[in-house]
Amino acid sequence: MDLSMKWLNDFVYVGDKSIKDFCYDMTMSGSKVEGYTPEGKDITNVVVGKVLSVVPHENSDHLVVCQVDVGLEQLQIVTGAQNVNAGDYVPVALNNSTVLHDGKPVKIKNGKLRGVESNGMLCSLDELGLTIHDFPYAIEDGIFILGDDCDKTLGKDIKEAIGFNDTTVEFEITSNRPDCLSVLGLAREAAATYGIKRTLREPSYNGVDGNIDNELSVEIQNPKLCSRYIAGIVKNVKIEPSPRWMRERLRASGVRPINNFVDITNYVMLEYGQPMHAFDLRYVNGSSIIVRNAEQGEKIVTLDGEERTLGEEMLVIADKDKPVAVAGIMGGEYSGIMSDTTTVVFEAACFDGASVRKTAKKLGMRSDASSRFEKGLSPKNCYPAIMRAFELVEELGAGEVYNTIIDRDCSQVNDNPVEFDPKWINSFLGTDIPESDMIEYLQRLDFEVRDGKCYAPYERIDIECKADIAEEVARIYGYNNIPSTIIKGVAEARRTPEQRFIKSVQSSMVSMGLNEIETYSFISPKYFDKISLDKDSKLRDAVKIINPLGEDTSVMRTTIIPSMCETLSRNYNYRNMKASLFELGNEYIKTAEGKLPNEPIRLCIGMYDSEGSTDFYTLKGVVEELLDSLSIADYDVKLAGNDCTFDEYSAFHPGRVAVLIKNGIEFGILGELHPLVQENYDIGTRTYIAKLNVPEMMTLADTDKTYKPLPKYPAATRDISLVCDEKIPVAVIEKTIKSAVGKTLEKVTLFDVYKGEQIESGKKSVSYSISMRSHDGTLTDEQADSAIKRVLKSLKELDIELRG
Amino acid sequence: MKDALLKIKSLAKDELSKVNDTKALEELRVKFLGKKGELTSILKQMGKLSPEERPVIGQLANQVRTEIEESLTNRVKEIKALMLQKKLKEEELDVTLPGSKVTIGKLHPLNIVLNEIEEIFMGMGFDVVDGPEVEYDYYNFEALNLPPDHPARDTQDTFYITDNILLRTQTSSVQVHVMEERKPPLRIISPGRVYRSDAVDATHSPLFHQIEGLVVDKSITMADLVGTLELLMKRLYGDDCKIRLRPHHFPFTEPSAEVDVMCFNCGGKGCSMCKDEGYIELLGAGMVHPKVLANCGIDPEVYSGFAFGLGLERIVMRRYGINDMRLLFENDLRFLNQF
Repeated sequence: MDLSMKWLNDFVYVGDKSIKDFCYDMTMSGSKVEGYTPEGKDITNVVVGKVLSVVPHENSDHLVVCQVDVGLEQLQIVTGAQNVNAGDYVPVALNNSTVLHDGKPVKIKNGKLRGVESNGMLCSLDELGLTIHDFPYAIEDGIFILGDDCDKTLGKDIKEAIGFNDTTVEFEITSNRPDCLSVLGLAREAAATYGIKRTLREPSYNGVDGNIDNELSVEIQNPKLCSRYIAGIVKNVKIEPSPRWMRERLRASGVRPINNFVDITNYVMLEYGQPMHAFDLRYVNGSSIIVRNAEQGEKIVTLDGEERTLGEEMLVIADKDKPVAVAGIMGGEYSGIMSDTTTVVFEAACFDGASVRKTAKKLGMRSDASSRFEKGLSPKNCYPAIMRAFELVEELGAGEVYNTIIDRDCSQVNDNPVEFDPKWINSFLGTDIPESDMIEYLQRLDFEVRDGKCYAPYERIDIECKADIAEEVARIYGYNNIPSTIIKGVAEARRTPEQRFIKSVQSSMVSMGLNEIETYSFISPKYFDKISLDKDSKLRDAVKIINPLGEDTSVMRTTIIPSMCETLSRNYNYRNMKASLFELGNEYIKTAEGKLPNEPIRLCIGMYDSEGSTDFYTLKGVVEELLDSLSIADYDVKLAGNDCTFDEYSAFHPGRVAVLIKNGIEFGILGELHPLVQENYDIGTRTYIAKLNVPEMMTLADTDKTYKPLPKYPAATRDISLVCDEKIPVAVIEKTIKSAVGKTLEKVTLFDVYKGEQIESGKKSVSYSISMRSHDGTLTDEQADSAIKRVLKSLKELDIELRG
Repeated sequence: MKDALLKIKSLAKDELSKVNDTKALEELRVKFLGKKGELTSILKQMGKLSPEERPVIGQLANQVRTEIEESLTNRVKEIKALMLQKKLKEEELDVTLPGSKVTIGKLHPLNIVLNEIEEIFMGMGFDVVDGPEVEYDYYNFEALNLPPDHPARDTQDTFYITDNILLRTQTSSVQVHVMEERKPPLRIISPGRVYRSDAVDATHSPLFHQIEGLVVDKSITMADLVGTLELLMKRLYGDDCKIRLRPHHFPFTEPSAEVDVMCFNCGGKGCSMCKDEGYIELLGAGMVHPKVLANCGIDPEVYSGFAFGLGLERIVMRRYGINDMRLLFENDLRFLNQF
């Protein structure tokens, strides 16, 4: 809402406050000011002058030389304009003045034009930042010749002389306060803010005798969507520009002046917050106004020239044949005020906010009217608004107003007072405001307080309960006068086991040198192809956004892996030589139709190193260390195959991908990215990815730790080197050793894997250090050796031999 | 014989002082004190001495042995000290060479600051609660006093999944879950991702993070809200930090406020950073609307509460002077490594 300060000062005088203070004070009492703009702030040192003479320029056919009286002196000014004559009053930009050129401020200095001295410039409207809407008698491309509605005192500052010296204050009005989308509403707020008086006047008009019922009928077919409709008639209208004061105020409010009737409807809307409409009676077929729902598919061409197709849920103002306006939003093109209009019908009505909002949204057209209606207006506001319109018609001499109106009022008026409970308000706010002060604050806002009840002014559709009254009191008292206290009582906070688990994952990852990333939860469906997901993978069945910003962010990710790949790719292409990243993020997995998806949290790890020191085992080492830190032990690692529960399996190198399994649960997958996938992501080096399911890991973690006594007796260690088929995973050998040694086994450490010379091809040599210890005494050599014998015997059954 | 002993003594001392390494020293020890050493060979001749002379010479011999041993020990100490000194000198390093690389990772800046905020609130007894990001319309809007076609819905451009399932536009949805599932007294914060269909630019992202706060109990006041937020801001920005509340409107709080923090750059005087305001808008807050309490089965006649919502990105960007929100989601290592 753009507020004209001149207009505001008609009702409440705040001229003694600086504009900055005014903006601050209004903001702090609840009407937020976004900024303010003094009119013509770029126009300086331009004054009223009178052209004394105009003679042709000696060196130019299209220039003239003027002698101009600017009060204290007489100036010679050269101009190219053709519309200047001796005796004209014109805006004169003096030496060192600023005017606008193509909307930008430029300096004007004395100089010579084709050899003739020119000490200033005569200005057009454009150079002052105005248009012919502001001065309809001016011509578009010529000097602005001041009319009789201007102050012609020579040498007077032009902004003052032509009324271009208002200040516009831009308010951000919240959706609960449509009453403040009006000068009167803001005047009330300003008066309440400062605790000062404001001048209110009931609009009135004289009228001419005439029975409106003979000329027009009004029928409301849907009183739910139109609770009140008032119509009035103006005869013998004279369509002309409105007077300067009205044009000025409209301009300062950001509304372009058109003609007196259109201007009056806008003026009333701005002053009262009540949208109005004016029809030409000629175009109301059958002289009947019917407020009804549109027929499905019915069409109307609106004032902006667009053809709109209506739906049956939309409300229209119609005559007996066709819709003439979309209710509360915009009039029809053919019913508007024309230059030859003779009889005008004024409408002030109240339409249902939700319905207006829905219709405006569906038709994709919002107007100043719809933005007010959709927030909810009081049906009571129609009457004073139409009275004000009539008053203005008479004041402007624009026509003869009938002294009868049609008022179809279906509104249910209830005063609904709200309980006034000062004690509760203080206990709610934590304040100690005396009751009498509260009453005064409320009265400043035009509330009536009597018998323990508050009666809000009818425009205040937002006042419903005692908390609303508390807010009114608080904002006039001053939010920043509310004391600062500490919540009473003691509360103990704790993290949930899941939050703690996630924190420890984070800290393990960071301590192993991985950087955390945060990526978008929505991805492109194309990413499923990019990671080579199977055509019929269930992961392709993602939660879709109906109205995405673009395809790239159109589905919720069912797998976190593409987000990691994108990030690695970006880093690779930024020439970051090496990356080790992790993300803890959700996946979104569809459940039943109409139900919310599951949002399981995943840990994704991604790494590459262009210099080559990262390999599969680097990633595996990180995962092993993580699992160890989380007390997840005794899990199996196996080469992932087609039966893998992770559909992302296909994104990996088939020979370098492992699943982690414990208690039959596959809780993680890790491996090298498939070369083709790596290519899809434009990463020029081997890339490693792991995905671990956090909720599953939580269930697998052994959180009960008990202390094991430190060993009292020395360990016996034996090293063995074995030869076996190269395809046998070392995990098999390790398992065999563990079970063969039995409970004295302390640790099995693989220290060498060798293929090549001295080893038969197709075989490999693996070497282990086996450490054994008893808690009951020192192990004898015999005990240790016999354990090793058992080991070798078991291994032999698997064709694993001691290396000779 | 006495002379021979004294001669050995002076000879030993003399030779000892010339020796400079432990090996030569050992040779000297053998030469003078060893089984076949000079002292032993003299002592072997003791038998030839008269009974009167024997104790005298014996005493002298012991005295000489002790003295040689002492000199030997001292010399060992001296030589070791010298050698150590030499070694230390040789081992001098260029301490200005860089250290061997040990890498520690970093949390994402959003989580660094979030951790800090969580700590502050946990210290005040607030539990940290999570909630779903894909949410029913009811929890995101309707229960929060935003019925269908409420004009305030326009201010939050919403991504829809179906007619009544959406991506939450605010963490306030968690308020409803918490109030439905727990009984007052309640003190929670709920950080998480929220979604609005804003095109990406330096200050907008279709996905960002909020931290919701909710307190419900008997006789919770707006002054408590002020106190809590003041404490938060002082912890985050230092004890000099000042906050300011401005009346505002949120459908789910009444009274509602926007909370500004005094501009760190100009200290409230007004500068380009705060657009001449002196204050910077930081969060929205208010007293929980009685309708919202009632919607969640809490009697507004008995209980009251306050709620607030912080934008995490805004705080992080201000903290580190980040001027483009996109950087937070690009995850360029050159960016991530700075925090």
